[in-house]
Amino acid sequence: MNTSIEKRLELKAPVSRVWRALTDHREFGAWFGVKMDGPFVPGQPAEGQITYPGYEHVRLQTVVQKMEPERFFSFTWHPYALDPQVDYSKETPTLVEFRLQKIPTGTLLVVTESGFDKVPADRRAEAFRMNDSGWAEQLSNIARHVAAG
Amino acid sequence: MSRLADASAAKRRHHAAVFAALGDETRLSLVNALSAGEPRSIAQLTGGTKITRQAITKHLRVLESAGIVHSVRTGRRSLFEFDPAPMTELQEYLGRVAGQWDQVLARLKSLVES
Repeated sequence: MNTSIEKRLELKAPVSRVWRALTDHREFGAWFGVKMDGPFVPGQPAEGQITYPGYEHVRLQTVVQKMEPERFFSFTWHPYALDPQVDYSKETPTLVEFRLQKIPTGTLLVVTESGFDKVPADRRAEAFRMNDSGWAEQLSNIARHVAAG
Repeated sequence: MSRLADASAAKRRHHAAVFAALGDETRLSLVNALSAGEPRSIAQLTGGTKITRQAITKHLRVLESAGIVHSVRTGRRSLFEFDPAPMTELQEYLGRVAGQWDQVLARLKSLVES
């Protein structure tokens, strides 16, 4: 079992074009389906209103982590934060990372989302404290084992 | 609406608890042993390890509270059995999040390639 999500895309566009689509808040809004309040700034919150039909009640709340031009862009957020009744700010966010790499046909974009294994702070009982040594691997071993059984 | 909200919040906490319950080597080895299929007793699970019966019991309770194992009684013995449902649920959850990424990234692709 994998505890993070990874997506790889080959885009037929130069790295500079992809970088702009990712980090210009208006362009980001166009493909992500959100009207951002303002630009992305490292270390700062960036919020917006989802425009995707059916989810217009949802606020997108991110905190920008790093912006290394044409190479790396990351932010934290609360995945699947679709319910306006829930105060997601109390929960441990996941980390979204975009990595860009120049390839002959354009740009290789690798998107990862990780941190689904973090227990919300208010529920962090001693019994649930985990060791931080490569247990994702062990999980995948188990998943294989379960699938085989 | 708020009941729905409670349900989804509880679900997310449950996901995190399942991930966390699995984040321990002793518990992973217990899950490994039990996922072979046969329910086992604490004595059977303790045998061949250097871990005390008390420690094994404590770990089993953590797995039980996350729903990964259940205790079943046969006669006077208490046995523990593996339940794959919580792990399947986690995979489905990650699958849904991944599906959302597929949708938005397809829109990104058409934007930059147009």
